Order: sequence, then C-alpha cells, then structure tokens
Amino acid sequence: MLTGVSHSFDCDHWVLSGNRIALWQIVCMKPASHKYTLYNKLYTTVLSDVYNTCRFVFRFFAEVFRPPYEFREIIRQCYNVGQKSLALVSLTGFITGFVFTNQSRPSLAEFGATSWLPGLISIAIVRALAPLITSLIVAGKVGSNIGAELGSMKVTEQIEAMEVSATNPFKFLVVSRVVATTLMNPLLVFYMAFAGLLGAYINVHQHENTSFAAFFQHGFASISFLDMFASIIKSLVYGFTISITGCYQGYNAAKGTQGVGKAANAAVVASMFLIFIEEMIIVQIVNQLRPS
Amino acid sequence: MRKSPVDIDKQNTVIHIRGLYKSFDTVAVLTGMDLDLYKGENVVVLGRSGSGKSVLIKLIAGLLKPDSGTICVAGEEIDQLSPRALQELRLKIGFLYQGSALYDSMTVRENLEFPLVRNSPHLTHEEREDTIREVLENVGLSQSIDKMPSELSGGQKKRVGIARTLILHPDIMLYDEPTAGLDPVTSSDINMLINEVQQKYRTSSVIITHDLTCAKTTGDRIALITDGKFSREGTFEEVFQTGDAEAKKFYDYNFIIDT
Repeated sequence: MLTGVSHSFDCDHWVLSGNRIALWQIVCMKPASHKYTLYNKLYTTVLSDVYNTCRFVFRFFAEVFRPPYEFREIIRQCYNVGQKSLALVSLTGFITGFVFTNQSRPSLAEFGATSWLPGLISIAIVRALAPLITSLIVAGKVGSNIGAELGSMKVTEQIEAMEVSATNPFKFLVVSRVVATTLMNPLLVFYMAFAGLLGAYINVHQHENTSFAAFFQHGFASISFLDMFASIIKSLVYGFTISITGCYQGYNAAKGTQGVGKAANAAVVASMFLIFIEEMIIVQIVNQLRPS
Repeated sequence: MRKSPVDIDKQNTVIHIRGLYKSFDTVAVLTGMDLDLYKGENVVVLGRSGSGKSVLIKLIAGLLKPDSGTICVAGEEIDQLSPRALQELRLKIGFLYQGSALYDSMTVRENLEFPLVRNSPHLTHEEREDTIREVLENVGLSQSIDKMPSELSGGQKKRVGIARTLILHPDIMLYDEPTAGLDPVTSSDINMLINEVQQKYRTSSVIITHDLTCAKTTGDRIALITDGKFSREGTFEEVFQTGDAEAKKFYDYNFIIDT
C-alpha cells in the first residue's frame, strides 16, 4: 500500500503527491507502453545529444579558420588556462613523481634493480601519468569554469546580446576557449612531467644518492621519440575534448541558475569520461606503432 | 507625463509584419499578428505575462524563426536572409534586454567597445574612445566608464545597455521591459531617455512593457496583445477609454500619474 495516496471518487482519478505520481505511473498505470516510451525517450535523447555535439564540433572547425580572428581573446584565454592552473599542476606533478618513486622502490629492490628507477619513472610519467593527470586537473579546473561561465552568459542572455549586436558569439566565446585550451594543455603536460621528474629525483637522491645529471640522463635515455609524440597528441586531444565539452554544455545550458550548475558538472563528468576512453584508444594505437 | 509630439514619417514603414504565427510545442503564442512601425515612431506593445511580447521582438531581431507569416525589417524579409545578411541587418537594430545583458567580465568601456571594434574596424583607438565617451555622456553615465557591471545599479545597467545599442547608431530600437524592476523615479528617467533617444538618434522603437506609465510616456501608439494578436491599437486614450474588458483590467491594476 502506498502511503500518501488519496483517492477522489467523483472523477475516478488517483491523486498523489511529490514523486510518487511518477512512480505510480511507471509501476501501475502504464506498465508496457511506459517502458517502451522510457527506452524510446532515452534513445532519442542520446541520439539527439550525439547529433548536437557533432554539429557543435563541425561548427568549431568551420569557424576556426574563417576570419576575423579573435587573437586578443585567445591570448587572454591562454593566460586563464595556463597561468591559473600552474600552481596546482606543479604541486600535483611533484607529489605524483615523489610518491610513485617511493611506491615503486620496494618492488625493484627485491630484484636489486633500483638503478632502473629513473628509467621506469620517466617512462611512466611521460607516457601515461603526465598527460592523464594534467588533463584531469584541467578538466576539473578549466572545464568546469568554461561550463559555468558560458552557462551563466547563456542564462543571462549575454550570448544572445552578442548575436544581436552583429558579432559572432561562437567565434568569440567557443573558438577562443577551445584553441587556447588545446594549445596550453601540452605545455602544462610537459611542465607537469618536469615537476614529476623533479619529485622523483628528490626521492631517488635521498635513497640512492644519484646525481641530478645521472638521473635525467638515465631517465631521458629510456624515453623514445614515439613516447614524446604520443604525449603531445594525447594532450592536444584531451585539451580539445575538455574545452569543447565545457563549451557545448555551457553554450546549451538550460534556463535558470540550476542550468549553470548542471552545465559545470556535466562539463567535468563528460570530459573526464571521454578522456579515459581516448586514453584507451590512443594507447592501443601507439602500442601498434611501437617497434617490438 | 504625456509625451510631446514627434515627427513620424507614415510613408516610410521600417517594420512590416503580416500574419505572424509562432508556437512552442503545442502552445500557440502568436496567432496571426499584424504590425506596422513607421519611421520615427515609438510603438508600445502591452500584454500579460506569457502573451508573446518578448517572442515578438525576438522574431523581429531574427533570434527566433516564425512558423508562418512575414516580417520585413528595413525592407528585408528577415527569415529569408542568409546568416551574413542577417548580421548586417542587425547593425540597424538595437536590442535592450530586460536584465540589460551586460557582459559581466568586462568594464563599461569594454562593453561599449565590444560591438564597435567588431563592426567598425576602421576606427582608430582615439575615435573609438571619443564615440564611447559621447554615447555614455548622452545616457548620463560618463563617470562610470571604468566600472564593472556588478558595481552599477539597475537603472545604470539599463542606461549602459541603451548606450551599448546606440553605439552602432541603429535605426530601430527594441526595448524589452525597459522599466522592469526599477523604482518609479528611475523608471521615469529611463522613459525620458527612451524619448531622448527617439528624438536625438531618429530611431523607431518597439517597446515591450506592462508598465502603463512607461506606455503613456514613451508610446506614440499602443498595441494590446490578447490571445496572440493585437486586440486594440491606437493612442493611449483610444486603447484605454473604450470599455474593453482586457484594456480595463490593465488600466485598473496600474497607477497612472497624469500631469
């Protein structure tokens, strides 16, 4: 028996309060057709979301090469993305390198192979940790910021006001942010790799008394051109993903302050999810290209 | 305060709307609306919330597409225009939003500079600065040039919003609830400013409001929306002194000061 259900006999219509009406409708009132409708709705929503995202991405590529170019805004956004993430990336990179080295030592020490630490750490940081961790930080910091900022502009009709004043809001707001984030992410990734290696070096130096030059010589000897190239490609792809997702969510935010919050949240969640999928795909491709 | 007479060119129609229909999902908002706006004229559109007033001016600005009907702005049928042609036409249209829609990450100067830089690239830095100062002086806000929108009052925001639209010297002004949320004194200042803009810049305007003081002070003609189309049109007296039930409801709930 559902509590909080009242029955009005005159119109033969159940009157329920709150969310119970939805539950009642799903469970009891339209069992077969509702299930179909729910799947159908979900299917349509997902398909229309994919279609709209593709249109948004195509529009970006159509606009990015077409003048006029918003150079000033791109530089401003580069500053926002790069400079403002620097402290967080430095700290996270340093700690990652330090802790990863600390955790790897016992396993290598069992085989008397602690001299492999610089090579192992360098490979791990350059190939995987730096692109992935930096991009996740950028997704959290920059992606949410883009989603919230554009969402707020959309809700307060600022984007529409730009359109009415005969300027192209997509070029000014979306293209500039996507270009800036895509360009700055590789720089942040390499900066983080350096901070990570520095953290690793301090840990190695404490235990093995290795010199700075020997550590980096050994470390860089283990990294191939393909590793560097793959990291650059990864960071460009992740930077693009973060910014285009943030822009898409913000640019299409629903009305109201709730929409701004949703846009910021969806920007982070969707871009992190996409980054992991892309990581998996890129790693598979690079492994195919790597000489055995 | 009653509006002083202005020079209206009735041979020159700047906005011509015929048989305009617009619906959202299953809700019909505009159902066969007709409107003519003459050069130099201020038309006030009155109607209840949700009656489609804001939809009407968004259709005029080309921000929404009509389901059917024609909208001609400055001789161009707006829904037939290419994106580039629409952008050029929008240079002739100024749009004041209800919430002013100032770019909140920019100062007042940057807000005014934004459309100017993109639409008048031939201007030098000094010429741009002079234009910005002149327009701000016209709306009485020259001292606020370096302020952020968050530092301005509601009335000041509206003034900056008007200045931002005026900077491109539009022929047509679209005002969406220009006095909404303002105290009576500030509302009166904004009404005066709308009239000054009409006379100084020779603009033709569509003013969306449900403030009858604003309608009386700024409108050369009043049009009342009922059920998606204009039920009454004419001077303030012609619309409100007829015993029409809808007009009477509007009149009774507004406090009119006639001096």
